[in-house]
Amino acid sequence: MATLQSYLMVTAILFGLGLFVVTTRRNAVGVLMGVELILNAASINFVAFAHFRGNDVAGNMFSIFIIVLAAAEAAVALALVISLFRQFGTIDVEEATTLKG
Amino acid sequence: MRENLLHFIPELVLIGTILVLFLAAFLASAQQRLFPQIAFVGLLMMLLANYGSRDLPAIHFFSGMVTYDALGHFFKYIFGLVGLMGIIFSHQSAELEKADLPSYYTLIIALILGMVLLATASNLLMIYLSLEMVSVLSYILTGYLRGVRRSSEAALKYVIYGGVASGMMAYGFSLLYGLTGSMDLTTMAQYLGANPASRSLLYVGVLFSMAGFGYKVAAFPFHMWCPDVYEGAPTPFTAILSVGPKAAGFAVLIRFFLTALTHSSASGDFIDFKDTGWPEMIAILSIATMTLGNLTALVQSNIKRLLAYSSIAHAGYMLMGLAALNNEAVRAVLFYLVVYAVMNLGAFLVVIIISNRLGTEQIEDYKGLGHRGSLGLLLAVAMTIFLFSLTGVPPLAGFIGKFYLFGAVVRAGLYPLAIIGVLNSVISLYYYVRVIKLMFFDQPADASPLSLPVVSHSYVVSGLAILTVYFGLFWNGLAALTERSAKLLF
Repeated sequence: MATLQSYLMVTAILFGLGLFVVTTRRNAVGVLMGVELILNAASINFVAFAHFRGNDVAGNMFSIFIIVLAAAEAAVALALVISLFRQFGTIDVEEATTLKG
Repeated sequence: MRENLLHFIPELVLIGTILVLFLAAFLASAQQRLFPQIAFVGLLMMLLANYGSRDLPAIHFFSGMVTYDALGHFFKYIFGLVGLMGIIFSHQSAELEKADLPSYYTLIIALILGMVLLATASNLLMIYLSLEMVSVLSYILTGYLRGVRRSSEAALKYVIYGGVASGMMAYGFSLLYGLTGSMDLTTMAQYLGANPASRSLLYVGVLFSMAGFGYKVAAFPFHMWCPDVYEGAPTPFTAILSVGPKAAGFAVLIRFFLTALTHSSASGDFIDFKDTGWPEMIAILSIATMTLGNLTALVQSNIKRLLAYSSIAHAGYMLMGLAALNNEAVRAVLFYLVVYAVMNLGAFLVVIIISNRLGTEQIEDYKGLGHRGSLGLLLAVAMTIFLFSLTGVPPLAGFIGKFYLFGAVVRAGLYPLAIIGVLNSVISLYYYVRVIKLMFFDQPADASPLSLPVVSHSYVVSGLAILTVYFGLFWNGLAALTERSAKLLF
């Protein structure tokens, strides 16, 4: 039987990996994948906490809302990636630099 | 008290307006003039409905998701008025000429609805949902200018920073939920008051949650999106963005800290739970935010970027008020938010008129604005009032706002914070005065008098300038209003 600690360990690692991906990737789609990892870490945390509180509905609900919002955010983000590609011919976030200072 | 929909009428009016705009977009999309009018009337009705609900008792409703109290009531007025200003600013904007106006106004109203929900949310789930609603709509509106490079670039940067910040916030919320076993802010406070253990986990959870809130108010270290987005977004929307979501962010910060993380004493002050150092934590964030904002603003050459860094600095000043964590501080923050909204919207309207007229946002091109006909003089004088007020020079509204803020900080005994705040105000004088000097004491490259594309804009600029002076001379009414509004329902 897995303990709460082991779940928290996994999500902490997942969260760290997400942050690492976000800070090192220059490709916009890669960065968005890092954001998904962070959100999944939060989501698993909620389900784990809910489970160890006797299947509390609130925690499970929150993770469902995270999934829905992640999808909505990804839809908008990918649309913006396409728009960036049309303007600059690249999705490298460091090459698209009109704005500086 | 039984819950009923009476408390929710302002929000329902906004939802109705969104539906009407949707229908109108299908039935009469050719009538471009119709959409700002529908949005304007919708916001007016929302303000009226809010006024009508002023005497209702404070309650939690929708299973404790949303709260109706004096604080939320006050913020609904702010958001309604900011929305009205935003619609006036967008009117005949040169930037938005080719954009899809029906959806633009629909998105603006939906953004106002998101901010209202954020300011009244009293449950972690609701806070997360409404914060994301505001964020996603802001991404779309930032990238609204099709085929404009800086608009797409700004929107993508905004999405990336926003995604990381809200992800971290969700992770922080999960830890808070795991620690307290509840998502309701009031229940969380009861648990934390009764169980003084595991403060370290509480700290980690609150720090991660601060990522999301700090990103909304543009506080260090989540301010990086701010200058790029302010510069790249269509200017009328930048004006809304610099005031609306920032105010919503402060509303949720006030509610989060005062409801969940402190308990109130008999005298009405809010007292830390034992062994938590929220004032110190917020004070450090505040110092970093205002110092960074002010120092970076010194070297800017684009007026929108200058105002972006100035808005970061002002987030720092308001965080300073929050650090005091007492009733007086909440009042001071509310007062400052109103004053900041008036002067910052005014400054942005001048920027919008100049950019519509001259097609430039460079500070260099403001040279000799005061010598370019009566309109040039009006704009230069109004801009001077707004910038001096942003600095905090008496007898303007910004001075009174800062006076209240510093007063609250000193009363809470945070003297180093107050001193750093005053030093920062002095630094900010330099970059604001540089613009004023250019407008009056330099000769324009092209001295032809300016003419106005939209007459109503000059009335609004004058109105905002008069209001800035008025609140600087007669602040009692506004102070009394904020005193009534600084009451939360726990």
